[in-house]
Amino acid sequence: MSALPAPAAPTSLRGRLSDLVVRRPRLLAGLLLAPPLIWLGLVYVGSLVALLVQSFWTLDDFTGAVVPDFSFAAYAELLQPANRDIVLRTVAMAAAVTLACGAIAFPIAYYAARHARGRTKAAFYLLVMLPLWSSYLVRVYAWKLILAKEGVVTWFAERTGTTALIDGLLAIPGIGGPSLSVSYVGTFLVFVYLWLPYMILPLQASLERVPKSFVEASGDLGARPGQTFRHVILPLALPGVAAGSIFTFSLTLGDYIAPQIVGPSAYFLGQVVYVQQGTAGNIPLAAAFSVVPIVIMGVYLTVARRMGAFDAL
Amino acid sequence: MTERAPLALRLAAGAGLAFLHLPLAFIVLYAFSSEEKSYQFPPPSYTTRWFEVVWQRQDIWDAIALSVRVGLIATALALVLGTLAAGALARTRFFGREAVSLLIVLPIALPGIVTGIALRAAFGVAEIPFSFWTIVLGHATFCIVVVHNNAVARLRRTSPSLIEASMDLGADAFQTFRHVVLPNLATALLAGGMLAFALSFDEVIVTTFTAGQQTTLPIWMLTELIRPRQRPVTNVVAIFVMAVTFLPILAAYWLTRDTADVAGAGK
Repeated sequence: MSALPAPAAPTSLRGRLSDLVVRRPRLLAGLLLAPPLIWLGLVYVGSLVALLVQSFWTLDDFTGAVVPDFSFAAYAELLQPANRDIVLRTVAMAAAVTLACGAIAFPIAYYAARHARGRTKAAFYLLVMLPLWSSYLVRVYAWKLILAKEGVVTWFAERTGTTALIDGLLAIPGIGGPSLSVSYVGTFLVFVYLWLPYMILPLQASLERVPKSFVEASGDLGARPGQTFRHVILPLALPGVAAGSIFTFSLTLGDYIAPQIVGPSAYFLGQVVYVQQGTAGNIPLAAAFSVVPIVIMGVYLTVARRMGAFDAL
Repeated sequence: MTERAPLALRLAAGAGLAFLHLPLAFIVLYAFSSEEKSYQFPPPSYTTRWFEVVWQRQDIWDAIALSVRVGLIATALALVLGTLAAGALARTRFFGREAVSLLIVLPIALPGIVTGIALRAAFGVAEIPFSFWTIVLGHATFCIVVVHNNAVARLRRTSPSLIEASMDLGADAFQTFRHVVLPNLATALLAGGMLAFALSFDEVIVTTFTAGQQTTLPIWMLTELIRPRQRPVTNVVAIFVMAVTFLPILAAYWLTRDTADVAGAGK
């Protein structure tokens, strides 16, 4: 290479610019990155900072007006038992939804990744994508039709004689409620249904990346299929589970529409944020409440990244 | 490994898929229900009259028009910003790279309500009145990641030797971009753009915080769900939304399906 004569330096502006970006890939990266960084920095990070600042503002108890005075009042209010319960209830729901999504998603993702070929595989992919993209509200609404008192589930239960079973489920305190469409069970079902594709897709991607030779080697070394699954496939699929759980967890934490349409009268985190900033006009408390999912997801994302979730996205 | 799957696995996978699709089937069924006041199942009789009613409702057409306009502009912005970010992040290593990828993912990794209320807080502080553009601002922000993901995946699969070959043959950086990189990226960008549009067309949580009096289609639906006027009308609109979002998905899938074997990817 060193024997080759150096090419003559270009004289045109375009040529020089071209050389500059080719020789200095970091400069090119910087130039490319500037507009999206300015956008996200200004619009998004700027907004988050504005939100954080407002969470330290004070609500004047007499006038009900928001005063830009620094205080921890909103955070103190957050720690009151009623508000703490809302946070705990939402986190528990998010955890339950994530676990259920993982359990239902696994067979689908596993089949699609390791058994389906060609057309079946394409069909699987589309069958997962179709519900994901066929409108969030439509899917929440579908469950209102299904769970309503005169709806599908009631009809089915009457025909199969399982009405008592559903009534029994609804009678369990902390889970049930007066009817399916206003119970925790209902909210749980809707959430699992809504976010399931978000779990299937990254899980399938990470299962596809498990090298076939690993599975064969494990078998050759005498492992039974169950052992291969537990000691080879499952650990290697973990980044996919972590990636999927980012979505199932985060989406449940912040949703305020699904529990409003199908859910009990008790609030979830998103609903409080919505009500506090809207009708109640308590912007500092709403802001403090929305800092909670930011902190939770901050921790969650850090752990998930360690597990390699970002590579599976 | 490719031998037949165990019966239990096939049953579980099938049941999972059925769980995903049955509710959508009910939506379609209910759109033809003659029952207006309740969710009675099975519907007492069937009619196509709601399709006609929807066709004549100006408020629905207005909501669709607004959603399309917001979606198109947000998608255009996301295409530019997402592609630029992908170009910078696909291969170059630099300090802060991880932080930048986190920043791009953040608008969808954080709950929508956080994005929504944060934008609203910022509009409040900056005294920006709600308008068409405040909705676009929010939508473009969370659409960037979709375009970025599609573009970055394609760029990583495109062999760098293609670019080197182009340069060796005497093309400068701009010619290489125009004649080698861009054609290679085109379908990924189209797919990313369509997904971004579908995402914007469907978005309700961020929109409720960034729209003033404007009614996008999801906002219209939300109002109908909370205070229904004619229930079957909502079902018909739901079918329409399903169709509108499904077509871009099919197209996006079709456009990116062969990307594993892009020319030159095998070096």
